Amino acid sequence: MIHTHKFETVVVGAGGAGLMAALYASQGSDTAVLTKLYPTRSHTGTAQGGIGAALGNLEEDRAEWHTFDTIKGSDYLADQDAVDLMCQEAVEVIYELEHMGLPFDRTAEGKIAQRPFGGHTSNFGEKPVRRACHAADRTGHMILQTLYQQCIARDVRFFDEFHVLDLLLSADGQATGVVAYEIDSGDLHVFHGKALIFATGGFGRMWEITSNAHSLTGDGPAIALQKGIPLEDMEFFQFHPTGIYKMGILITEGVRGEGGILRNRDGERFMERYAPNLKDLASRDVVSRAIYLEVRDNKGIDGGRYVHLDATHLGRQIVETKLEDSAEFCKTYLGIDPAVEPMPVQPTAHYAMGGIPTNVDGEVQLNAQGDVVPGFYAAGEVACVSVHGANRLGTNSLVDLVVFGKRAGKAAAAYSQQNDWAELPDETWEPTQAMLQNMLTKEGQHNVADLRTEMQSLMMDKVGVFRTEEGIQSALNRIRELQEAAQDITVMDKGKRFNTDILEAIELQNLLDLAEVTAASALARTESRGAHSREDHKARDDENWLTHTYASKVDGKINLDYAPVNVTIHQPEERTY
Amino acid sequence: MRIKMRIRRFNPEADSKPWWGEYWVEVEESDRVLDALHQVKWYQDGTLTLRRSCAHGICGSDAMVINGRNALACKVLMQDVGDECQVEPLRSMPLIKDLVVDMEPFFAKYRAVLPYLINDNLPASGERHQSQEARARYDDTTKCILCAACTTSCPSFWANEDYIGPAAIVQAHRFIFDDRDDAADLRLRVLNDADGVWRCRTVFNCVQACPREIDVTRAIGEVKLALMNGLED
Repeated sequence: MIHTHKFETVVVGAGGAGLMAALYASQGSDTAVLTKLYPTRSHTGTAQGGIGAALGNLEEDRAEWHTFDTIKGSDYLADQDAVDLMCQEAVEVIYELEHMGLPFDRTAEGKIAQRPFGGHTSNFGEKPVRRACHAADRTGHMILQTLYQQCIARDVRFFDEFHVLDLLLSADGQATGVVAYEIDSGDLHVFHGKALIFATGGFGRMWEITSNAHSLTGDGPAIALQKGIPLEDMEFFQFHPTGIYKMGILITEGVRGEGGILRNRDGERFMERYAPNLKDLASRDVVSRAIYLEVRDNKGIDGGRYVHLDATHLGRQIVETKLEDSAEFCKTYLGIDPAVEPMPVQPTAHYAMGGIPTNVDGEVQLNAQGDVVPGFYAAGEVACVSVHGANRLGTNSLVDLVVFGKRAGKAAAAYSQQNDWAELPDETWEPTQAMLQNMLTKEGQHNVADLRTEMQSLMMDKVGVFRTEEGIQSALNRIRELQEAAQDITVMDKGKRFNTDILEAIELQNLLDLAEVTAASALARTESRGAHSREDHKARDDENWLTHTYASKVDGKINLDYAPVNVTIHQPEERTY
Repeated sequence: MRIKMRIRRFNPEADSKPWWGEYWVEVEESDRVLDALHQVKWYQDGTLTLRRSCAHGICGSDAMVINGRNALACKVLMQDVGDECQVEPLRSMPLIKDLVVDMEPFFAKYRAVLPYLINDNLPASGERHQSQEARARYDDTTKCILCAACTTSCPSFWANEDYIGPAAIVQAHRFIFDDRDDAADLRLRVLNDADGVWRCRTVFNCVQACPREIDVTRAIGEVKLALMNGLED
C-alpha cells in the first residue's frame, strides 16, 4: 500500500542536527521529521565530553581562538569563513541550549562548566584552554534529550521508524520529497515537500573497529550520490584515538582533558615525543597515528595492537563524577575500574569529516562550482560545510550540529515560504517498490553479514589510519566486486512487518557505495593531510592539494572534481602541537 | 564457548501465538547477548527481529527480558548468562514481532508528564545560572534513556497497563526538582492521578532493571513526598 503526505519541510534524521533543524523549520513551516529509529536512539546521544564555545567562564577565551584551533586542527582544509561563523555563533547557541533546559555542569559561581579538550588552546596555540561545556560525560545525551523535549513542547510531527529509501527530484532538479519505508507495516510512503533537510548522520559502520552505532550506514549520502549529487572530502574520516580495545566503544577525550595519560608497554608517556607542547591533548589524527606507530614499533601493551589510557592518578572522585559513563563502560565490558587500572585502547573509526557538500545555510551544492540544489538542505555529520576539513577537533561535532542544524532549519522554512510546490517526478514510489520486490524474490549466492565483515576489515586495513596507493587500489578493486556481490544476495525474511533483514541488505549496499567513493577520493589525493595519511606521500602539499574533493557518480563511474579551500584568515603553516 | 539461545519468537504474518526458538551459538565470554542474537540473525535465521543501535547501553533500543530479568542486550555479557540464555520481549507491551514491542503507549506516558523545561522568565541575553547544589538535585534522573526496562519490570504496571510507570515518573522528577523549571504543579497534578505515582508499591524491580543505575524508587519516593508535603524551596 502506498501512502502520500504533504509537508512544507521534510527532515530526515532525528539526531541533534535533525531535531535542531526541525525546531526552527517548524516555526515557519509545516514540518515532518522522519527517522529510522526513535529520535532518542540517535547517535548524538553517545557524544560524551563536551561542546566547545568560547564562553570564557573559567579563563579568558575568544571565538577567534576557537576559529584558529579549528582551522589548524583541520590541517587547513576547512573553509575559514564557515569556521569563523560557527565559532562566533557557538556562544549564543550554547546559551540557547541552556535556556531550553540543558543540564550543564556548573562552576562554583553557577556558570556553565568548561574543561580542556584536544587541540583547543588560548592565544593561537599557546596552551590548553577550558572551552568544552559539559554535562558529566554525557553531553550528547543531554543535547539529544533536550532537543527532543523541545520538539514535544512545540508539537513537532514525527514519523518514527520510517526508513528513507529514495530522494525525489523534480524534472528541473529541485528537491521535492522522499520515499520512505514504514518499518512496522512494510508500506511505502511518499513525502512531498517544498524543502528537504537530510540529517542522517555518519557511516562509521564501514570500518571494523568503530565507535558508531549499527544504524550509522550513510543512507542519506548514499541516496544523494545515486541521484547525481557529489560527496565532498570523503577521504577524510576520523579515527578517534581511544576506543575500547577490540570493541571500538568510545572512551571520551574528556579523560585526557581531565589529565589522563596515554602510555605504551614501557609505561612511557609517548605523546611527549609526538606533540611536545599539547602532548595527550594534541588533535585526534596526530594521537591516533602515534598509537599506530607505537604498536608498529612493538610498543603496544604485551605486543598487542593497543596502548593504555591511564586515569589512575586522577582520583576516584574525578573518575566517578566527571567520567562516569566511560568508567561504567570499562566496568561493564572489561571488568576494569579505571580509577585503579589503566584502560586498553586503540583508534576507532569515529567521524566523517566529508559528506554532502553544503554552504553555511545548509543548501546542498550540486557541483564544485557551488551551484545549489533548490530546496535541498543537509546538516550535521552528513554534511560537509566544510568546518572540519581534514580533521575535526573534539567537541566541534556538537557545535556543528546545533549551529548548522539551526541555520538549515531557518533557511528551509524561509525557502518553503517563498516557493511553490515543485512537482513530483512521474515515478515516485515505483522504482523503490521494484527494488524491494527484486530483493525479496532473489535467491542470491551471498550472505549480507559475510560481505559486510569483509568490507569492514578491508577498509580498516587498507583505507584506515595509514594508507598507500597499492593498498587503496586493491581495496577499491575488491569493493567493486563486493558491490556486485551485494546485488546477488538472499534476504531470508520475506515478510512485510518489521523486516530488518531487507533493511540491513540495503544498508550494506549504501555502505559499499560510500566505501567506493572514500577509497577513490583517497587514492587520488597524493598527499598527507589530517586524517588522510599516505605513507607514499608523507608531506602535506598545499601547492596542489589545498582543495576540496567533489566525488560524483556518473554512468556508474566515480568522477572527481576539486574546489579551492576558502583561506580568508590564517595562511597554512606547519602543524605541530 | 557454545551456548544455547532460547528466543521467544512471533511472526504476526504467520503465527497465531508466540513460540520458543532454540539456537546454538559459538561466542566469546566477553561477547554481549546482542552479539549472540546477531549471530543467530546473521548466520542462522534472518527473520529474527530485534531493535538495536549503539550497542553500548546509551541509545536504549534493545531492552528485553534476559533470563527473566529486564536488561539491555548490549550490556549483558555472555559469561554472565549461564549455560542457556533465554530472551523474551518486554512484558505488558503490545507485541509486534519477535523481540520488538510497540513503544508508542510508553512514549505517550512520557509525553503526559510535560517532559520539557517550562520557564517564561529567560534572561534577556547570556546564560542563566544554577548552583552546583541545585544542579546535583536532579542529576540522577537526567540519565534516563527511555528504554522502558523499568516500567515493564514493574508488577503494578503488569497489573494495570494504565499505570504511568516509573520511566515517566523519573522524567517528571528531572523537571520537578530542577529549580529553573516553573511547572512542577502541573506535573504533580498528572502524577497525583489514580493511575499516577500512588500505584507504586516500592517493589524495587525498576531499580534492578535500570541499565543506567538510576535510583528509580528513590525518585518516585521524592515525588510522593512532594505531593504530600509540597516542594521544599
